[in-house]
Amino acid sequence: MNVAVAKTGKGRAVSDLFTSAEGRLPGSSGVTAVRREAFETYERLGLPHRRIEEWKYTDLRALVGEVLPLAAAPDAAALKRAAEAVKAHAISGARKLVLVDGAFVADLSDVKALAAEAGFRTLRETLDKDAGLLKTATVDAMIALNAAMATDGVVLSIADGAQLSAPIQIIHIATAASASAFSRSKVTIGKGARATIVETFVAAGAAAYQINDAVLVSVGDGADVAHIRLMDDAPDAVNVSSQFVTIGANVKYNFFNMTTGAAVSRLQGFITLAGEGSELSANGVNLLQKTEHGDTTLVVDHAVPNCVSREVFRAVIDDRAHSVFQGRIIVRPDAQKTDGKMMTRALLLSDEAEADNKPELEIFADDVSCGHGATAGALDDSLLFYLKARGLPEKQAQALLIQAFVGEAIEQIADDGLREHVIGIAERWLERRQ
Amino acid sequence: MALLEVKDLKVRVEEREILHGLTLTVNEGEIHAIMGPNGSGKSTLSHVIAGKPGYEVTDGQILFKGEDLLEMSPDERAAKGVFLAFQYPVEIPGVATMNFLRTALNAQRKARGEDEYSTPDFLKKVREVSKSLNIPQDMLKRGVNVGFSGGEKKRNEVLQMALFEPSLCILDEMDSGLDIDALRIAADGVNALRSPKRSMVVITHYQRLLNYIVPDVVHVMSKGRVVKSGGKELALELEASGYAQFEDAA
Repeated sequence: MNVAVAKTGKGRAVSDLFTSAEGRLPGSSGVTAVRREAFETYERLGLPHRRIEEWKYTDLRALVGEVLPLAAAPDAAALKRAAEAVKAHAISGARKLVLVDGAFVADLSDVKALAAEAGFRTLRETLDKDAGLLKTATVDAMIALNAAMATDGVVLSIADGAQLSAPIQIIHIATAASASAFSRSKVTIGKGARATIVETFVAAGAAAYQINDAVLVSVGDGADVAHIRLMDDAPDAVNVSSQFVTIGANVKYNFFNMTTGAAVSRLQGFITLAGEGSELSANGVNLLQKTEHGDTTLVVDHAVPNCVSREVFRAVIDDRAHSVFQGRIIVRPDAQKTDGKMMTRALLLSDEAEADNKPELEIFADDVSCGHGATAGALDDSLLFYLKARGLPEKQAQALLIQAFVGEAIEQIADDGLREHVIGIAERWLERRQ
Repeated sequence: MALLEVKDLKVRVEEREILHGLTLTVNEGEIHAIMGPNGSGKSTLSHVIAGKPGYEVTDGQILFKGEDLLEMSPDERAAKGVFLAFQYPVEIPGVATMNFLRTALNAQRKARGEDEYSTPDFLKKVREVSKSLNIPQDMLKRGVNVGFSGGEKKRNEVLQMALFEPSLCILDEMDSGLDIDALRIAADGVNALRSPKRSMVVITHYQRLLNYIVPDVVHVMSKGRVVKSGGKELALELEASGYAQFEDAA
């Protein structure tokens, strides 16, 4: 019998990815068994492609072709570049946790300052005690691959009632060209706690790298959480990130994602409202140019009654870029009095720009209020002319209208400093198209 | 000295000629009124001077301070000192009025090679100007024209005129949608900006506005041309006899 060896689009054997990395992956034999199983799942499924419904608009086989080998541990020169990047992208006052090419770097992090307010370990330190860190309810090829290959990550635990005085910023820095980084983190937020978590993805001199990140968040009853992700990767990078968020009762969870880089990016979020009386606000902005492809896929699962979810997404798409928004709201049979709304708008700045919006409502309860809306269009010529007649050159007039367009999503960020930080990144994106 | 010279201007919109050879000269410091029935091309003229897309100039020229205006983009015209007060100012949600005013003013100054205003200097200037026009500060914090009444929108146009200090103001049907009190407030604002260095072209359908903004010269437009010019008394004459006589003449 001929046994065909699974090959990547570029001809490499898929299994090489794991076998060549295995010796460097943390965890004892129990963990290794979990990883092997996860990799087998990935090998069986292969890179997601358009015939898989969830990946219909983001065909990684066509867009990416293959997963690059695991990045080597960062050397001194890489760490130096990373230190510069930390300075450039750190949010003022935030407690920083820095991962370079998927490896935690204590020297660049504020471990000591953080210790007073939150429990912290690395994934590497924790895996042997908790192999469950590599398991998730939803399985797809990229999540399985993450479980197989995760080299490190942060495991944060915020105690019941803790009121964090400053945001915690997890900064992912890519320094290795043509290599992959796999990270997996876990954030546990106690009852009644108040916390702001920011995740930042940037490059420090690296090109053509690939990120596969996963974050598992659980939120205790009565907590108040702001969770912000900033995907500001290099223009030729690939970033596929998965988030699993489980929300308790009477929680306020305010999520915001902004994508301003990467040739191919996908954020897939699975948010479950598991306790009554909670309010989820999930918002995002995609700013895409050239041939960038940015995908936000969000599944909001109302598993219990009396929760509110609001989603506001904006995409600004220039040149031949392609933005995808897939939003699914699930209302379980018991989840009466659910109030779920989703609004997504795309602004097309060129004739060749493309937007795909796919809202889905799966409602199994009968006493709910759910809705969605989606629009796509160009900048309003009459507004542009008014601004130009007042002296604004074309690009500046466009920039002002684009800022107003994305403002509706950005203004959902409550903290003034964080909002300004996000606006700053959006402004830099606008400057790149001047 | 001539500030604006429109010479034998022919303009088409979607294959249909709207202006059939219009000639008009506005000297520095003068106020000209352009009156005429609906469809005579008054608004087309104002749009072509400001550079609105969609109009095809097939013949003639427009000189502003001796330069070819038609070669300039709308923002370049603004920086040179052309200001069009819109008949229907647009609402721009999400762009705060204050931010818009500062961005526009500094863009014009930058284009002229002048220093941009610092934030405190700008705020001081806006406060002065808005106070003189009776514009409440909270209006400036709102989105541009968002939720403004007709009168507030026109006052916002006058505020910009005062702030940008253009040498040519074109007021396109400024009286449309305004009650008599709102009209008086807006007109007072315009009159305060009259200066020997500033010319105005007041486009209107009705003589009423000219009771408040008294012109030096009145032109009657009909079917895409200026068919008669005269002093301010021409406006009163029109009020009494109507436009019908000129429609026949054209």
